[in-house]
Amino acid sequence: MRRRSWKQHSVLPGFGLSLGYTLLYLGLIVLLPLSALILKSIDLGWNGFWEIIGSERVLRSYQLTLSTSFFAALINAVFGFIIAWFLVRVRFIGKRIIDALIDLPFALPTAVSGIALTTIYSRNGWIGAPLESLGIHVAFTPIGITIAMILVGLPFVVRTVQPAIEELEVELEEASLSLGAGRWKTFTKVMLPMLLPSLLTGFALAFARAIGEYGSVVFIAGNMPMKTEISSLLIITKLEQYDYAGATAIAIGMLIISFILLFSINLLQSWSSRRLKGI
Amino acid sequence: MKSLSKILFLVLLIFGQAFSAVKTPELLNVSYDPTREFYKEFNAEFVKYWKEINNETIKIRQSHGGAAKQARAVIDGLKADVVTLALAYDIDVISQRTGLLPADWRSRLANNSCPYTSTIVFLVRKGNPRKIYDWDDLLQPGLEVITPNPKTSGGARWNYLAAWGYALKRALGHLDHLENVNPDEMKMAEGKAFEFVSVLYKHVPVLDAGARGATNTFVQRGIGDVLLAWENEAFLSINELGPDKFEIVVPSLSILAEPPVTLVDKNAEKHDAKRVATAYLSYLYSPVGQRLAAKYYYRPAYPQFADEEDLARFPDLDLFTVDEVFGGWQIAQEKHFNDGGVFDTIYLK
Repeated sequence: MRRRSWKQHSVLPGFGLSLGYTLLYLGLIVLLPLSALILKSIDLGWNGFWEIIGSERVLRSYQLTLSTSFFAALINAVFGFIIAWFLVRVRFIGKRIIDALIDLPFALPTAVSGIALTTIYSRNGWIGAPLESLGIHVAFTPIGITIAMILVGLPFVVRTVQPAIEELEVELEEASLSLGAGRWKTFTKVMLPMLLPSLLTGFALAFARAIGEYGSVVFIAGNMPMKTEISSLLIITKLEQYDYAGATAIAIGMLIISFILLFSINLLQSWSSRRLKGI
Repeated sequence: MKSLSKILFLVLLIFGQAFSAVKTPELLNVSYDPTREFYKEFNAEFVKYWKEINNETIKIRQSHGGAAKQARAVIDGLKADVVTLALAYDIDVISQRTGLLPADWRSRLANNSCPYTSTIVFLVRKGNPRKIYDWDDLLQPGLEVITPNPKTSGGARWNYLAAWGYALKRALGHLDHLENVNPDEMKMAEGKAFEFVSVLYKHVPVLDAGARGATNTFVQRGIGDVLLAWENEAFLSINELGPDKFEIVVPSLSILAEPPVTLVDKNAEKHDAKRVATAYLSYLYSPVGQRLAAKYYYRPAYPQFADEEDLARFPDLDLFTVDEVFGGWQIAQEKHFNDGGVFDTIYLK
């Protein structure tokens, strides 16, 4: 009984081997570089660390990066969901092509997407010019940063929600409809709760990706101090001054914030899937 | 079985490559971005030259990127035999942090170890619609200046220092022997220079991370009225994009941009490339190297070796050096570009 407290009984053999493998792999690929990161910043000392993290410029960059990433992930969650729904439920010619297009932001070098977006949204671009005449500036503002983040984050939402929608049982929908619930009620009370866990995962992935994004954002951000400087740019700025410790300090600050946020999203996700099992 | 033999074949191929690489002597030149075309042709010439006099085939590998990024790569262990970077500061840092080359590396080759130089000029739209002829014209109301972020771009630091030097000269009347200028007068002049540069950066709508990004902003996006650029890059942009769209304006005074080259002693010694590397660097100063430098729009250290028509492209202008006006790159970097430096106060005040 005591052993079960940390290891649930399973019919699959090889628990020790697979645990060891997982820990070793995570250790080599994830934890080792991260500890090197922390080691590099150690010579700053506690005060030096806080001085960098707490400086106005860095705080502003955190605020900008987190808020644009959050909005980008939110928009992706809504529109990515619609696209995923469309791809699963609607049959039409050329669906495979659209399906493949979704993955393009995964494969595209981020600098390429950055330059492409800037071309379109700058003031003489196809979309930028009409928006400019309406008084809306996109390139070189936080809006532009958000758009770049939306682009790189979209596939995460679509690809996590798509299989969940595919697995939805049509019988449940039909049952709900035949029992008198309207279409809206069926969607919000029956289907959405089942899709929520995967939607949250997609949101978290898109959010995390946006926080770390550098390549595509620097082109469209304009990089004006205190206004459109994302945290990754400040890290590069520190590196250009050969200030490795300062760069890692900013990175660690970012890492802690992201970890807390992702952890809470994960908690939320497991809560919602547990609730689902309870039904 | 079939796949096993395939893997075996691949492994052999990789090892074979590794062994054959040991046989032909190799040279790694770590350089910055806009030298790509120049070194491509220069390397081919050098390989030919080396074969002729030593009857030995060598292979030269090139690496290009942002200057500071390249310097960091060498610090982190990239085995460069020679570095050919955009400013002396980056090589100073390599020397300080790794000890791979002596601190007095700049005195080892002629002309402060710069076989070629350049300067900062203005690229304007065809016909010069905003009538920009000198630094003062950049402060016209409503005019937009495109220059990258000096915190992330080496090229942008030259732009900034050129503007600063110009303003300093306007306040003092000269730039000779600044160490003899009375401190109060110097303080007043530096105040004016700060004001000039602050106003100048108010005219900058976007701070691209690198020089190529800034060129894109100006050329492709059509943003801004003037681009501050290295002379050789300005020529390259005009070449690529057609002389019917842009023209170069040369200000009355600018900075002498000195991209230095040097041997990374310990790396070259370790894999027996010191002799080739040294010859490679001195070949840059040879008639062939000088002619090619001028061909690719760098001002050669020995203009007598360059083609007349290539030299005719470089207009005369007054040039000052970083050493004369700023006391060297280390001091300039610390005072102006490090965190909390003069450049930051422009935006934080």
